[in-house]
Amino acid sequence: MAEESILSDEFIRQLISVGEVDILIGIPTHNDAKTVGPAIQAIQAGLLKSFPRERAVIINTDGGSSDGTPDIVQGASISDVHRSYNGYTLRTLHAISTQYARTPSEAVAFRTILSAGELLRARACIVLSGDSCNIEPGWMDRLLRPVYRENFDLVTPTYSRHKFEGVLVTNLIYPMTRALYGQRLREPFAPEFACSGRFGSQFLVQHKWSHGDERDDPRMDLVISALAGGCRIHQSFLGVRQTVKPQSRDLVNAMRQTIGSLFSCLESTFPAWSKISGSESISTAGPEFEVSDDVLRVNRKQLKQMFSEGVAELRSILESILTPSTLENLRQSAESDEASFRVSAELWVKTVYEFAASYYKSVINRDHLVQALVPLYRGRMLTFLTENRTASSEEVARNIENLCLEFERLKPYLLELWNGRK
Amino acid sequence: MRDIIVGELTQAAHEMIHGFAHLLPRLIVMLVILFAGWLIAYMVRAVLRSILRLAKFDKLFERAGAAQMLSQAALPSPTELVSRFAFWVAWLGFIMLGVNALGIGGLQEHVARFFFFLPRLVVASVLVFFGLLLASFLSRAALLAAVNANLPSPRALSLSIRILVSVFVLSMVFEELGLAERTMLVAFGIAFGAVMLGLAIAFGIGGRELAQRFLERRLVRERRGVREDEPSPL
Repeated sequence: MAEESILSDEFIRQLISVGEVDILIGIPTHNDAKTVGPAIQAIQAGLLKSFPRERAVIINTDGGSSDGTPDIVQGASISDVHRSYNGYTLRTLHAISTQYARTPSEAVAFRTILSAGELLRARACIVLSGDSCNIEPGWMDRLLRPVYRENFDLVTPTYSRHKFEGVLVTNLIYPMTRALYGQRLREPFAPEFACSGRFGSQFLVQHKWSHGDERDDPRMDLVISALAGGCRIHQSFLGVRQTVKPQSRDLVNAMRQTIGSLFSCLESTFPAWSKISGSESISTAGPEFEVSDDVLRVNRKQLKQMFSEGVAELRSILESILTPSTLENLRQSAESDEASFRVSAELWVKTVYEFAASYYKSVINRDHLVQALVPLYRGRMLTFLTENRTASSEEVARNIENLCLEFERLKPYLLELWNGRK
Repeated sequence: MRDIIVGELTQAAHEMIHGFAHLLPRLIVMLVILFAGWLIAYMVRAVLRSILRLAKFDKLFERAGAAQMLSQAALPSPTELVSRFAFWVAWLGFIMLGVNALGIGGLQEHVARFFFFLPRLVVASVLVFFGLLLASFLSRAALLAAVNANLPSPRALSLSIRILVSVFVLSMVFEELGLAERTMLVAFGIAFGAVMLGLAIAFGIGGRELAQRFLERRLVRERRGVREDEPSPL
């Protein structure tokens, strides 16, 4: 099997000694010594509580940690958990660790986990991020139960977020995947998820795996593959997600991993998304969306300046991507003062759709095209921050819903661009 | 006396007729070569144009951003440019062959030189082609990176990269063609050195405060560890 070649001989030997399992828990890590210990304990407690009869294995895929993360995983003892939760598993719970490379790569880490799941014939796989510092035992039940007991193919989380956190998700990734694939999946790019062994094996074969490209992240493709393939998807609310490491502000990389993947999937999934109009809710446990509205300092002046300079400096590039009317509207927004500045929902949706069609037609190098969207996104982000500055959670949710409806309303525009009628 | 004149004239006329009769077939051969050469060059152009169109050659240029540069210089599309170039190289080659068929002593040496020069010309053209693509690609990558990193004067940075790569490619092309190798090498060295010195002086004197602010911003931000100006995108 081609996908087995990624596993080292030593790792395969360890897997063989484990034997077949029902549940596989994958934890990709890179220098997560501070968080991985409590995460393993929470996982063990969750398994004791909700899946005591199931055969389970915890697999840590490490991207070259220098702080002893793999040792912590291998040395994790379940005896403390027994005492704390007053329960026992009926099976041996294995915890193994493998170092796939000296530098972290999400693609290799996920591929290793899914390949191991296939080799061990796991019925359900769950992936939890090693840098999460508040994994709770209850997450195991909320993410695994729908896959293991209710026959869902994919379970994604929903979180409680600050209203200005994840603006790329709320203003682009969620509305666009919803409009295209007709499913209201709140977190299409989640660090935690669970999938069935069947769907994991299918994705393992379908996905075009890169060889150690640090920028490649298959999470978006996994979700789109499930959406376009008509898989049964479920969402579970996990509460607030906290990490020790500060969330990356590298917008270009975030755009590559999410929007680059989304645009690139559009071509292969055209038969699926071109026939869909409107959207429908998907099975959800807990609230679909929860926002908090604490104070968050944002440098609006810099956002405006980066948007305006981007539109002016990248004019020659934008001319080959956007229609003249959209470019003119963006130019007018760029020239307006900070008080009256606005990138309207309609302008934003048209901009994104024109970028998607240009990506498909490869009008310029595709990576350059995704990078050219970054300053325009900053303009939309500034509009969102300004419009929701004093908004309550309900108002923020309503504004996001309105943007989603705009994405759905203008979907025929994308189809016209796609088919070359515009 | 009269017989001598008539004799000389007759001999001259005979020689002329003999010479013409000797040249005429070669002239006809030359004309045939020219005509056949034109036909072949025309066919080469047509076939090459079709192949390049099928291979979406223009798209490659467009994606690298070099097509825009050609249209700004009022040049035809890349496909048209390459097929016309192939036509003229083939046609010129046949013209040289035709001239060679005349058997004129001095010209044959020039014709031989031309055919010796032809491979270099092709290599130089390929260098220009890829150099142009590379210059466009790198300058656009620099422009995007500079805009997204909020660096000052992104267009100037992009233009400098385009000029540097173009000068480098041009020096390679001249070296390949064997034209003014030393002059080009020295000129390139002087130009490159001047640009670097100019940049260093400009950065050191003209942009002293800017550099100070830039470095302060970077270092202070790094010391703080977390940027406060932009919320997490994901």
